[in-house]
Amino acid sequence: MKMKRVLPVPLIVIAVLCASALFGLISGSASAQGPAETYAIRNARIVTVTGPIIENGTVVIANGRISAVGAGVPVPSGAKIIDAKGLSVYPGMIDADTEIGLTEIGSVAGSVDTNEIGDNNANIHVDVAIRPDSSHIAVTRVNGITTAVSAPRGGLIAGQSAILNLDGWTPREMIVKSPAAMHVNWPGGGGGRGEFGGFGQQRSVAELRREQDRQIENLKKILHDAAAYGDAKDARAKDPALPKQDVDLKLEALIPVVRGQMPVVINVSMERDIRAVIAFASEMKLKVIISGGIEAYKVADQLKARNIPVIVGPVLRMPAREDDPYDAAFTNAGLLSKAGVKIAFQTNDSAYSRNLPYHAGMAAAFGLPKDEALKAVTIYPAEIFGIADRVGSVEQGKIANLIVTDGDPLEIRTQIKHVFIAGRDIPLTSRHTELYEKYKARP
Amino acid sequence: MEGMMKKINVIFSLLLTVSMIASVFGQTRKETKLAAGASSVAAAAAPVETLIKNATIMTASHGTINNGSILIRNGKIAEIGPNLKPRDANARIIDATGKYVTPGIIDCHSHTGVDGNVNEGSLSVTSMVRIRDVIDPYSTSIYRELAGGTTTANVLHGSANSIGGQNAVLKWKIGKPVDEWFVPDAPPGIKFALGENPKRSNNQGLPPATARRYPATRMGVEETIREAFIKAKDYMREWQEYDAKKATDKHAIPPRRDLMLDALVEILQGKRFVHSHSYRDDEILMLLNLSDELGFHVQTLQHVLEGYKVAKEMAAHKTGGSTFSDWWAYKLEAYDAIPYNAALMASRGVIVSMNSDSDELARRLYLEAAKAMKYGGVAEQDALRMVTLNPAIQLGIDKHVGSIDVGKDADLVIFSQHPFSVYTVPEMTMIEGEIYFDRNEDLKQREALKREKAELIKRERDQRGGARPPRNERPDEPQPRPNESPRPNGTEPQR
Repeated sequence: MKMKRVLPVPLIVIAVLCASALFGLISGSASAQGPAETYAIRNARIVTVTGPIIENGTVVIANGRISAVGAGVPVPSGAKIIDAKGLSVYPGMIDADTEIGLTEIGSVAGSVDTNEIGDNNANIHVDVAIRPDSSHIAVTRVNGITTAVSAPRGGLIAGQSAILNLDGWTPREMIVKSPAAMHVNWPGGGGGRGEFGGFGQQRSVAELRREQDRQIENLKKILHDAAAYGDAKDARAKDPALPKQDVDLKLEALIPVVRGQMPVVINVSMERDIRAVIAFASEMKLKVIISGGIEAYKVADQLKARNIPVIVGPVLRMPAREDDPYDAAFTNAGLLSKAGVKIAFQTNDSAYSRNLPYHAGMAAAFGLPKDEALKAVTIYPAEIFGIADRVGSVEQGKIANLIVTDGDPLEIRTQIKHVFIAGRDIPLTSRHTELYEKYKARP
Repeated sequence: MEGMMKKINVIFSLLLTVSMIASVFGQTRKETKLAAGASSVAAAAAPVETLIKNATIMTASHGTINNGSILIRNGKIAEIGPNLKPRDANARIIDATGKYVTPGIIDCHSHTGVDGNVNEGSLSVTSMVRIRDVIDPYSTSIYRELAGGTTTANVLHGSANSIGGQNAVLKWKIGKPVDEWFVPDAPPGIKFALGENPKRSNNQGLPPATARRYPATRMGVEETIREAFIKAKDYMREWQEYDAKKATDKHAIPPRRDLMLDALVEILQGKRFVHSHSYRDDEILMLLNLSDELGFHVQTLQHVLEGYKVAKEMAAHKTGGSTFSDWWAYKLEAYDAIPYNAALMASRGVIVSMNSDSDELARRLYLEAAKAMKYGGVAEQDALRMVTLNPAIQLGIDKHVGSIDVGKDADLVIFSQHPFSVYTVPEMTMIEGEIYFDRNEDLKQREALKREKAELIKRERDQRGGARPPRNERPDEPQPRPNESPRPNGTEPQR
């Protein structure tokens, strides 16, 4: 029997009013635009990321794509011209692990949709819960981040992420790729998530280890079940005479994972756990991406040998251990890069996704070459998630996600002059600029 | 087993009581001891001169000096100029060619080194408790903050209470006795808190003792503060009457000493600075108006994320704002927070500082200052002041620290590049002319520390006759850690 809870009408009205008072007051996102126009950004220093820097060039944007890049590129008639003398063009930055669109105010449960209940949430996918009007979206993109992986967080298997362009009237308009990956919190070793403990839970290390082993076994069993489920499904497709199979949406969702078709992002921090993840990935034949990986540098050679990329971050955090060097969290990315591991950066956040470039910048201050730091917020995340044919660099044919800046976008003092997302010239306004303008004008 | 735990608990609480009594009675005595300690430090510190030469000196008070030198003598800045020579033949010479020197970074809102909980959360008025009694000099964060150029901190009680505990203004002089850390003549201060935290509105899941309690509204917070001060005024009058009477009447009976009210009387007498945690414009105005009504001064508003809405009123009250560069959205009262807050408050004449409220963020406040330039176009020196001179002014210690001026303490940071560049690395941090962090030394020591650790583990194993120590005693293996979030994800830590 289905139970329906009916709220009295006045309550619903109040709830709606409250919600609109909360979120609707200043939208800060009246920027999803109409059809894309043709633009020519001229006299710009173009940092293509994948090719050489063009010192004085033109980028032409048409139909939402980059239609031409180069020094002697003609400007199409009717194009809106942006004179970028003294300015630089970069690809829009990509934050490789966030909660953007899923959360608004951390402490207000009603505004947070990041964590589902239960161990196995393989069948949930964030694209249905993205809020295009979230004030975080505009706040993030005006600092040059045009694209973000938005991922669910709860449980052992958290669910499926989506890669979003940070502009659009509907979630579907924002999606670059969905599902992008399956997200798993490695038991007992997550990147700040999926860990044990909390108030009143004082357990011995031995107990915690047993619990961890039990959960890893559980994960293994779920994946074996998914493989068997997939095989049975294929068998019945070939032979309808076989007995009918009960539908299990969770196992169904894992079939592409166990077949190595969908990448698995595993949140894991410590050396011991990363080693376990590497072994697990080989045994289960998974296409693994490590997220967090604060101690990944200690396992860099193995990660390189197995071509496992690491989404490093947040970089701006304390070292993992009391006796680590003070800069351990800052040097991690540089050491991984030196060992040849493919890296991208993440903020693992929503409200602070705008600070993505400073995570990369801090890694560059502590050993990562500057151009690698830039790649790790542009083309590398695109490569890791299989969307490098569409975003991550200033190249002809790619989605026109571009930023025009007065300097290095990883530097705090740099100002962003234009943000293009899918060819649209996005107004540089947000909830924050609107409140700023309002109170600047207070007599 | 249970019996034993009980016994341990009893012993613990006895110890706690004893130490509380000791700290209460030791209050005056300790102060004298501290003053003596401080003078002995000054005598012992940096007997030789130090010369920093060929540096780009960002003074925070009088602009940037290119290719300049700073001569340090007896822990103080003795001279600043283009081409200085030390008097002492054995002076330490630091060639800072291509590097930048700034004043030591001052964090106007810290909880670093507080041993245990930052909140005495059982009452909403706890003006008797003192942070200075619970500083843990071995906190790892302290060295890490020095490695980020932070030399001085306003270590505050948490924000669970309308009127919290007393602060400690100190320098991170690791290796010295803690009594020598406190800035000797820093005006004492106290933490107040407004809004969601003293309301205890985000505390589901906390132990019941602190989860729910009066006040539970912003109205109740105001009444809690008003009531406490009305009591304090009565108490102050009783003492004044007694003091007037005792000269002529040797049988005059003194009022009963109340340590909670003592601290509030100091506020009323202008001897103790109020540093009030706050978020929303309404609660900020409430406190400013209440301070007018009761006759006390609010020295700083901390966090003050909606300060930009009422900056005019703050400036009129000569109340400083100590804010985050760009925190927002972690709770409802932080939803109108904007990164332009610092710039807007400053433009209305408020003295503004940028603080950390976080052991991690305290390591990179120099970059937080750069955000004031990005958001709202604050000039370079004004931005630098937000983490140096301005917090010094807010804490009443600007005659000693906060800028590179002759006669001030030689608290200095040497950066590899411009301190506002994301690519910069703090290379050396000095307090009163002594080097407390040197990146080169740090890098050199790493191999030795690794060897020492391996040796200790080996010795431990050998002592156990080759048997491996129990799992939770193997320092070479990762231990499951509690969730360490670099940001207040969800609810703000109870600060």
